[in-house]
Order: sequence, then C-alpha cells, then structure tokens
Amino acid sequence: MFYRLSGIHHANYVSDSRIFKVPADRNLAAFIFLIGLAAPFIVPSLYLNSYMLPWLIWTAAALGLNLVTGWAGQLHLGYAAVMAVGAYSAIHAARFGVPWEFALIIGGLTASVIGSLFAFAALRVKGLYLALTTLAMQFVMDWVLTHSPAISGGSHASLQSPTLALLGQDITSDTGYYYVAFGWCVLVTIFMLNLKRTGLGRALVAVREKDFAAAILGVNSFYYKILAFATSSFIAGVSGALLVATFFFLAAPEQFSVAVSIQVLAMVIVGGLGSIIGSYFGVALILLVPGLVNGLIVTLSDQLGMQINVETLAHIPNAVYGALIVIILLIEPLGLGKLYGNIRDYLMVWPFDQFKK
Amino acid sequence: MDWVFLTELAINGALTGLLYSLFAIGLVLIYKASSVPNLAQGGLTMVGAYVVLALARDVGLPLWLAIPLAVVVMFGLGFGIERVALRRLAGRPVVMILMLTLGLDIFLRGTTLAIWGGTSRSMELGVSYDPLFLGDIFVSRIHLVGAGVAVGLFVAFMLFFRTRTGIKLRAIADDYMASWSVGISVERGVGLSWALASVVAVAAGVIWGEIQGVDQALSLLLLKGLTVAVLGGLDSILGAVVAGIILGVVENVGADFLDPLVGGGSRELIVAAVLILTVMIRPHGLFGRHDIERV
Repeated sequence: MFYRLSGIHHANYVSDSRIFKVPADRNLAAFIFLIGLAAPFIVPSLYLNSYMLPWLIWTAAALGLNLVTGWAGQLHLGYAAVMAVGAYSAIHAARFGVPWEFALIIGGLTASVIGSLFAFAALRVKGLYLALTTLAMQFVMDWVLTHSPAISGGSHASLQSPTLALLGQDITSDTGYYYVAFGWCVLVTIFMLNLKRTGLGRALVAVREKDFAAAILGVNSFYYKILAFATSSFIAGVSGALLVATFFFLAAPEQFSVAVSIQVLAMVIVGGLGSIIGSYFGVALILLVPGLVNGLIVTLSDQLGMQINVETLAHIPNAVYGALIVIILLIEPLGLGKLYGNIRDYLMVWPFDQFKK
Repeated sequence: MDWVFLTELAINGALTGLLYSLFAIGLVLIYKASSVPNLAQGGLTMVGAYVVLALARDVGLPLWLAIPLAVVVMFGLGFGIERVALRRLAGRPVVMILMLTLGLDIFLRGTTLAIWGGTSRSMELGVSYDPLFLGDIFVSRIHLVGAGVAVGLFVAFMLFFRTRTGIKLRAIADDYMASWSVGISVERGVGLSWALASVVAVAAGVIWGEIQGVDQALSLLLLKGLTVAVLGGLDSILGAVVAGIILGVVENVGADFLDPLVGGGSRELIVAAVLILTVMIRPHGLFGRHDIERV
C-alpha cells in the first residue's frame, strides 16, 4: 500500500522481463496461491465443490480463449465445441482403458487438431466474419455430437465418466477433485504469465494489432494464427475433459452448446481481453453473480412477504447475466482486469502520486 | 423425380425464406448505418412479439390496434438501446460491440421470460390454417401473408431510402466523417436505424409468432437471419430478400434429400454450411460492398 515502487529500478533486461516486476505483486500472488492450497481446510466442502472448483476450471478454459481472442485477436464463438471434442475424446479414451494422464493429453491433442480447423477460417477472414464462421462451426459440431450415437452415447443420452485416477491414485474425494482443478488452473496461469514475456506472446500481439503489418515485420501471421488456435484448443480440450471428470461426471451435448461458447467469450471480455487476473474476475462474475443475485431476490421477497412467480425466478439469473455483460462493457470496455489495473496503479504509488502529474 | 413435389418444396421454401428475410432486414438496417452486427435482433424479435401479445391479451386491445402500438413502443425501445448502450461503445473494436449485442440479447430474452413466463403462447392473427392449392401445389396461407409483409417492407424501405431522411441514412452508411462535416446528425441517424430495426422485429415477431408460437424459440431465428444477411451482403436490403429466397429453397429442398440419409434434422446443418461457405468464398455476400483495408 505504502509506495510499493520504492527502490525498484530495473537495470538490465533480465530483471525487466521478470514475471512479477514489483515484489508486492509477487507476494500477493504467492499469498493467493497459499490460500488456494489451503482452501479445502478453510472452505466448507459444499462451497469448495460447487463454487471454487467450477470457477478454477472455467478460469483455465477462459485463459485458453483469452490466448486466441485477447492475445492473437481472433474472435472465437465455437470454443465450447472444442471443449466438447476434448471432453469426449478423453472420456472415450479413459473408458477404453487408457490411463487418465494420457487420456487427458489425448483429449487435448484431439481438440487441438479439430480446433485448428477453426484457424483455417481465421486465415481467410477476420473480425465479424470470423465470429460468424466459428459460430456456424459450433452449430455443425453440436449437430455432429447430437447425431452420432457413437460419440455422445446416443441422442439425448449421456456418457458416464470413469473414475478419475492420476499417478496411480483413484481420486474420489472432494478435496482430490479440487486439487486437480487447482493444479490445472495454476499450470495454465503460469503458462499464460510466461507467454507475455516470450517471443511467441509478442508475435501474437503483433498479429492482433495488424496482421499485414506483422507480416511486413517478418512475423508469419499464418503460422502464429494456427499456433494460437492449436494451443488454446489444447487448453480447451483438457479443461473440458476435467470439467466432466471432476464436476459434471456425465458428458452431455448440452454442456457444450452455443450458449456455453457465448458464456466463455463473455467471461473473457468482461474480464478483459489479454488480462490474466481479469479472466479470474470475469469467470467469477459471470459464473457466480447471477446465482447470488437470485438468492438475494428470493431472500428479499421472503422478508418482504412478496410472492414471486417460480417462472420469473427461473429466468432472473439469465436477465442478470445479460445485464452484467452490458453494464461492465459500458463502465469499462476493457473489462474488470482494467478496473483492477487502475486501482492497482493508483495504490502502487500512493501517497506520492501527485509527483507523477 | 417428382417435379410437382419438388416445385412445392421450392415454393414453400421460397416463402419461408422470405420470412427469414423479414428477420434479416432488421440486421441489415443496423449494419448499413453503423457497421454494427446486431446479434440482439433475435431478442428484439421476441420482445416485439411479447409486447404485441401483452397489449392484446393483458390490456385487451384488438390486434389491429395492438400491433401499431407495439410498433411505437419498439420504436422507442430501439432508440433507447442505441442511446444508452451502443453509442458509448462507438468506435470500439468489433469484439466488444459483438459482446455488447450478445449481452443485450441475453438480457432481453431473460427479462421477457421473467415478465411473461416461458410457456408458449399463440398469436391468433386470424389467418386461416386451411390449405391453399395453386393447381397441384399446396401453399400455407400464413407463409404467404408473411412473405407479403416481407416484400411490402422491402418496397417501403426502398422508397424510404429515397426520402430526405433516407438519403441521410445512406450518407451515414457511406461515411461517418463526411456526414458529420456536412451537418448530418450521425447519432440520430444510427438511433433511427435501431428504431426501424426494432419495428421490423415486431413484424417478424408477429408472423413467426403465428407460425411457431410465441416463446423463446423466436430468438433462435438469429442464425438463419444472420446467414441470410451475410449471404445477401450485410449492407444490402435487396440482398437480404434475394438471399432469403435462396436460403429458403436450398434449405427446404436440401433437407428433403438429406434428412433420409442422416436421420432428420439436417436443416440447421444446411444453414450453417451455407454460412461457412459464403464467408469462405465470398465474405461480402451477393450484393454487399467490398471493403478495402489499409495497413
């Protein structure tokens, strides 16, 4: 809080390209990591499994989408379909008897291959048209899923996920599921933090800003677009598989529908394009707040003795969810990550900020 | 090959296609004036239909009065949405605007259902369900009425774009900066395009509500409407009409061939395929303007 920039002078490139340039940030991250590790002992298991766990896995998924939309600047409205590919192939592999470690990798790689197909649309068009093409591809994937019983276990049917087992340990406890989700989310976060400071990250940003200009500078935008889609699809595939293995336990086509694609994109944009901490905020907001508001309304109406129609209550979370997207975009188009950044920058130099002016 | 049956499929497909055009005209109007892809058009259509029903059932007005009143209400709503939401994001990257309209769509859908409930209601326009036979060919009356409305709106907009206000809108569509510099209020023009699109949404909502019932499924027209709009070129109203007919025929005839092969439900696949192929082969559509990008 108290002038945390004091005494920080980067004198060489190595120190300037650290992940955390300010020790205060690093300490905060370490603190949050420790809380995450200790969460099963602090948080009641109901909250752990119905809020923390989906929050972490969706954050990993959102970070993957952030890679392709926030860093490489390619709109993607078919992300849920890619997650579905990962989930289904991992579960089929696991049911076939492949150990889960490899099943997850198989899921990720299959998603990567299919997800790269989306990149071929990105090579031809961008912006709005890319969004529409990926949307159409999502519909095609949905259709394939619901119409091929071999994959989905039949139309309207669902596929049971076998018991998760990693490193020879069967994972069946709530704590175990939580640590799997936590570990995956930390891995993806570390990858994304490092992406920022590597050549790959800079190349992606160059492609985002203007792909022609990037090409003139010698950045092969064709290659980097495919790479971005493949990497993000790998993350999507593993996240989708883990989501089914630790949270849903059953894979059904509706879990990966168009609405879900839109939801992940909303998480990323509300969180802030290209912001890692923002993705955490965005997922929390989109995933948790509508339910909380609904609970609040139920409590309030009980207190005031008003009767609210059951059907009205069922649709309020959706209205809140839409309103949240609109409101956040109107307040700060760069998302919650930017809001956090503003507050952080202000406190970073407080109380000596007057010297900056 | 049964030619009569094929003709019947094609004609009914074309009529359905004109109903998609009815939806797509709303998208085109907004894109034309402000280059904003309005993904909330599905939500607007649903709101339009529900407002008509609310005025007719809950207030008790006759339909011929409820529809014009709903048009007025939606005109105001369209203006309001542009004023409150879209204007503040003008000039931002397309990804944010896209997300804003998606958020609006979710919000409109959620609010509508929270107020009026999710059970399907019927519009009861009073169009007879008796089949109409033109020679050997069976035609649905409500589709015919809807196609008439679509063509009527198309003609009305063609005439409108020749009036003074219409010419202003065309100028805005052409070039923001130039319009500002000659004293055209661009904000008002864009607002007007939203208002007009909301009016089109009422028409689409009433006709589609009569065909498939007034419920959440109305907002699912978005994919078909988008396909029609893109195929026709996002900024061409004539394109929307022509593309609607094309998509309707392709969908209806294609589904007849494909359904037995894949076990039904191939319509959405055909629509998605048309959208993908259009964007891959000819992104600016049949009649759309070809944008040139500067580095």
